[in-house]
Amino acid sequence: MSTTDIIDTLAGIEPGSSLEAIRARRAQARENAQKSYLALFEPIDASDFSLLERAAVALFVIGLHGEPTVTAFYRAKLAATAGGAGLVEAIDGAVAGGKTSGPYGAFPAGPLSIENKAGVIYRVSVDRRPVLGTRLAAALEHAHLLVFRPRDAASADMKALLDAGWSNTGIVTLSQLVAFLSFQVRVVSGLRTLGAASA
Amino acid sequence: MSAANSVNPPVVFTQDELGWVAWIDPLPEAELTERHFAGLVDRARAKSDYFRLLVRDPEVLEARTKTDKDIFYNTADGLPRAERELAAAATSRYNGCIYCASVHARFASTYSKRRDDVQRLLDEGVGADLGERWNAVVRASVALAATPIAFGKDNIEELRRAGLDDAEIVDVINGASFFNWANRLMLSLGEPTK
Repeated sequence: MSTTDIIDTLAGIEPGSSLEAIRARRAQARENAQKSYLALFEPIDASDFSLLERAAVALFVIGLHGEPTVTAFYRAKLAATAGGAGLVEAIDGAVAGGKTSGPYGAFPAGPLSIENKAGVIYRVSVDRRPVLGTRLAAALEHAHLLVFRPRDAASADMKALLDAGWSNTGIVTLSQLVAFLSFQVRVVSGLRTLGAASA
Repeated sequence: MSAANSVNPPVVFTQDELGWVAWIDPLPEAELTERHFAGLVDRARAKSDYFRLLVRDPEVLEARTKTDKDIFYNTADGLPRAERELAAAATSRYNGCIYCASVHARFASTYSKRRDDVQRLLDEGVGADLGERWNAVVRASVALAATPIAFGKDNIEELRRAGLDDAEIVDVINGASFFNWANRLMLSLGEPTK
C-alpha cells in the first residue's frame, strides 16, 4: 500500500495497523480523498487560482482549526511553493488574528432566529493587505466565513470575490479547497483520536 | 452573477424536498465536454444547476463524488446506512445547512423508519434525546463539526458503549467529516428554495 496517503500520514496510521485495515474497506473513499487533495494542490489548470494562493489559503484554513500536525504540513507546503516562503509570516499572523470558535451565524429570519449566534466577522488587517494583495485578502476573508459561519454566506459574498478579481471557476475551486480541508482535517483528527483510544 | 436571487427560502429545517439556486453561473449544458461528463460521474447530473456549477472544476468534483458514494453507499460492512445518514443530518443541522439537512434527514427516516425521531433532531436541534446509540452518533458528529474540533476520547468511549466497533466509528468519522465539506458548498454557492 502507498505510504504517501496524506490522511494516513497526518493521522499517524502505520502500515499493518488495524486502522489501515479498516480504511482499506473503504478503498474508493480513501483513494478519492487523496485524489481530491491532488486535484486541488496539483491541478491540471491553475489559471483561475494559483498554486501560491492555494497554499496560502490552505495554511490559513488549517491554522484556524489549530491541529498542530496538519498545520505544520500546510506551513511546509506554503514555504515550499514558489513565492510562498515570504507569505508564511503574514498567514500565521492572519491565523492569530482570526482564531475563534464556530459554527456561529444567523439563520433565515423566522423561528430559527432564536438560535442565531453572533461572532467575529474577520477582515484582513490594513497593514497586512499590501503583503497579501487584493485577491488573497478577499480569499482569506471568504475562507474565514466558510470555516466559522458558513450559514452566514450570502450572494454578496460572491460579489466581493468577483470584485476582487476572482472568476466563477476560481470561486468554485476556492470553495472546494476550503470545504475539502474542513473534511480532511476532521478525518485526520478523528482517526488520530481513534488510534490513540485503541492503543 | 446568476439571476436567481432569492425566492421564497425555507426558514425551518424540514424533511420536505427543497430546490436550490446558484448565486454564480453554472456551466451551460451545451458547453459540457467529455472532461466535464467525467467530472459529473452520473451523466444525469448535467440537469442539476448545483453539479453544473461544481463541474467548473471537473477533477475535484469527480474525486469528491466518488468519496461521497463510498462513504455513504458502501454498506458491505460497517455502520448501517441509516446511521451514516444520521451523522450527515446532525452535522448539517449543527452547521445550519437547511438544504443538506432536508436530504439526509429524509434518507435517515427512510432507512431507519424513525421519522419522528429524525424530525425531533430537526425541530429541537442536536441536543434532542434520540436514545443512547443515536445520541452517541449525533454527539460525535457535532464534536467533529466544531471548530476547533472538539472530538475526543470521550466520544469514542460513548460510541463504544453504544455498541459501535472501530469500523463503525470510522464510518461515523467519515460521514460527519464529509458533511463539513458538503455543507460549506451548498451554503456558500447558493441557497435553498421551497
